[in-house]
Amino acid sequence: MEIFGIPLQAMLGQLLLGLVNGSFYAMLSLGLAVIFGLLNIINFSHGAMYMMGAYLAWMMMEYLGLGYWWSLAAAPIVVGAFGVLIERVLIRHVYKLDHLYGLLLTFGLALVIEGVYRDCFGVSGQPYGVPEALRGATNLGFMILPNYRAWVVVASLLVCFLTWFVIERTRIGSYLRAGTENPRLMQAFGVNVPRMVMLTYGFGVALAAMAGVLAAPIIQVSPLMGSNVIIVVFAVVVIGGMGSILGSILTGLALGLIEGLTRVFYPEASATVVFVIMALVLLLRPAGLFGRES
Amino acid sequence: MAEEHMRDARVPALAISGLQAWYGESHILHGVDLEVRPGEVVSLLGRNGAGRTTTLRAILGLVGKRTGSVKIDGVEVIDAPPHHIARLGVGYCPEERGIFASLSCEENLLLPPVVKPGGMSLADIYAMFPNLEERRSSQGTRLSGGEQQMLAVARILRTGARLLLLDEISEGLAPVIVQALDRMIRRLKALGYTIVMVEQNFRFAAPLADRLYVMEHGCVVEQFAAAELAAKMDRLHEYLGV
Repeated sequence: MEIFGIPLQAMLGQLLLGLVNGSFYAMLSLGLAVIFGLLNIINFSHGAMYMMGAYLAWMMMEYLGLGYWWSLAAAPIVVGAFGVLIERVLIRHVYKLDHLYGLLLTFGLALVIEGVYRDCFGVSGQPYGVPEALRGATNLGFMILPNYRAWVVVASLLVCFLTWFVIERTRIGSYLRAGTENPRLMQAFGVNVPRMVMLTYGFGVALAAMAGVLAAPIIQVSPLMGSNVIIVVFAVVVIGGMGSILGSILTGLALGLIEGLTRVFYPEASATVVFVIMALVLLLRPAGLFGRES
Repeated sequence: MAEEHMRDARVPALAISGLQAWYGESHILHGVDLEVRPGEVVSLLGRNGAGRTTTLRAILGLVGKRTGSVKIDGVEVIDAPPHHIARLGVGYCPEERGIFASLSCEENLLLPPVVKPGGMSLADIYAMFPNLEERRSSQGTRLSGGEQQMLAVARILRTGARLLLLDEISEGLAPVIVQALDRMIRRLKALGYTIVMVEQNFRFAAPLADRLYVMEHGCVVEQFAAAELAAKMDRLHEYLGV
């Protein structure tokens, strides 16, 4: 069977690949959106945190013999704690300054972290195996579905949905939404806003670390993996609208799929299509597709 | 100790002395002295820019910098962060109301954490403000101006705060709503709340207050009891230009 002269198998394969990439975009841009909403910090070190998550998985396997599932649980906690430390020691000092300072600080931080990992592990990248339980593929009749990729899509959708649910539908989430709007008033009500900000940053980077572990068996674990993906993720955030939770999830998935489709129909444009869309969105709707016009 | 103080009527619910406050480089309060006894309703009068709103914000530590002394139930809080001060039982209703657009009416109502036992229940609040129950699932900022003002006051009654700082609650509201607010303040007073009101609307504030303070250029320039009001009217006209 063919669609517009493209074999269905190839098309579905690329769509799946797009969906997997989209899942990573969604998880990463979700963390960025949560952090930007409350902290007003454009967290350029997000990619480095994603890389740290993947490396932690690799190191746990290499040095401690602990497998994938251990890493999936430990990486968000360890990298989240590292994020909390970074927030306490560095980032909190730039809240009162212009956005630019936060951006420069976190960008510098990303360079430092990447540099350290490059120094320790080189740039060639380390292989990380697919966990035993998720090896192999399932024949769906119309396509062969690799189990691990299906797991990545399901797991990240689940994490995204849970995050959305907690923020939009629970009491803790109402604190976060209110704190995003008016942190001073929240503090005047007796809420410990500095602690909330610290934990939010930790949570945002924990999401990035988890995405890193999910990505480890699919791509080469390398110190550069963060900077490779982060520029696209920032384009996703701009398209979805800064600070919009649902917007970042949906835009992440949609752009992954669009990239996949472009790879089928016009492969030369697949690396740039996201940025073309970003330019169009910025021209037509500067606040982003889901952003509130201010 | 704090609990004992609260029951002791001789310890002021709020005692401010020599309070100075700054926003960035601008020096707004130049040594405010003010005392509110438990259960009292006190009104801060003055022209725009006299420093009344800043006084309320400085009590909670919401200004850039402050010096002097602020005691809540005898506890010094000049160096405490805002969330610690709120936890001593202070409820704040800001001039701009501060209703959250991303929260529904009921979420706004339930947002401020409970700081002391003995606050009103949701049912008490809905009995007092039936409109809010009708609009419970509406987006907070879709409520009418009067409803938003009710909501801004109602949400701090749930928290168990006993010292209420109310900033211009009658501002820009229709007379019928102002009357409802009048009844509400009388109810709260009867329930033993201590209230500090900043008001531009002299006709609304004067009949409610036990004592009145007049501020000018970041200082308290006059204070008198409600009983002296008639005798002070000429001076007040001068201060307020009303």
